[in-house]
Amino acid sequence: MSSVSYKTSCTRENLKNIRNFVEEAIMDMGLDEILNNQIILAVDEICANLIIHVHQTTPQDIIVIDILYLEDGVLFEIVDTKTTYFDFSKYQKPNLEDIKTSKRKGGMGLILVNTIMDEVDVFSDETVTIWRLYKHLPHLKISQE
Amino acid sequence: MQTTTNKETIFYTISIKGDLDASSSIIMDNAMQEAVAANEKHILIDCERLEYISSAGLGVFMSYLTDFEENDTKMALYGLSAKVRNVFEMLGLDQLIKLCHTREEACSFVG
Repeated sequence: MSSVSYKTSCTRENLKNIRNFVEEAIMDMGLDEILNNQIILAVDEICANLIIHVHQTTPQDIIVIDILYLEDGVLFEIVDTKTTYFDFSKYQKPNLEDIKTSKRKGGMGLILVNTIMDEVDVFSDETVTIWRLYKHLPHLKISQE
Repeated sequence: MQTTTNKETIFYTISIKGDLDASSSIIMDNAMQEAVAANEKHILIDCERLEYISSAGLGVFMSYLTDFEENDTKMALYGLSAKVRNVFEMLGLDQLIKLCHTREEACSFVG
C-alpha cells in the first residue's frame, strides 16, 4: 500500500494548494472529470472547515493530508493536532429549505462530503483529530488484474 | 478569483473567473451585494470561466434566494462546465437556482 502526504498551514489561500495536491495525487487513477472534481471537493470541504472554523485561519497551525492508495479505493486522512470532539454519528443533514430561508451561507459542505464519499468518520482523542474519507473505486482492482 | 460586472439594457451580469471557494467567496458576495444595492432585478451570473465551486460558493447564491423571491428579482447562472454543474446537482440546488446552458436562455428567464 503506497501513500502520499501533504502538510500545510491553516490559511484560506492554502486551500488551492491542497486541491492541487489532491488533483495530482489522483490524476493517474483513471477517473472521469466529474468524479475527479468530486473527490477534490470533498477533501477541500473538510480542510476548509478545519482551517476556518477550528483554527480561525491561524498560519502557525498545521494540518496534514495523507492519501492512502488501497486495492479497490482511496483513503484520505486529514490529520489535525488541534483536537476537537465532533460526534459524526449524531450529524443530521440540514434541510436545504431551512438553509435558504435562514439566508446563511454555510451548512452544505458536509452534505457534499457525505454524498461523494462512501465512508466518512472522525476519530478524536486528547492529541489529535483525524477525518477519514474513503472512496470505493472498484475499477482500480480490475485495472490491476 | 475575479469578478467583473456589466450592465446592458435591463441585464446586470456578474462574470466569474477562477475558483469560487472558501477563500474567494467574499469577493462574490461583495459583487452580489453591489447588485442588490443598485436595485438590479435581472441578474445574470456568467460562469463560462468558473473553474471550481465549493459549498462556500454555493452558499453565496443560496443566501440571496429568499430576498430575491420577496422583491421580485430574477437570477440565472449560465455557461457552467459539467463538473461545476454537477456540484449544484449533487445537492439538488438546480431545483432552487436557475442553471442555463446559454446566455440567451438565461436572458429569457430573467427578462
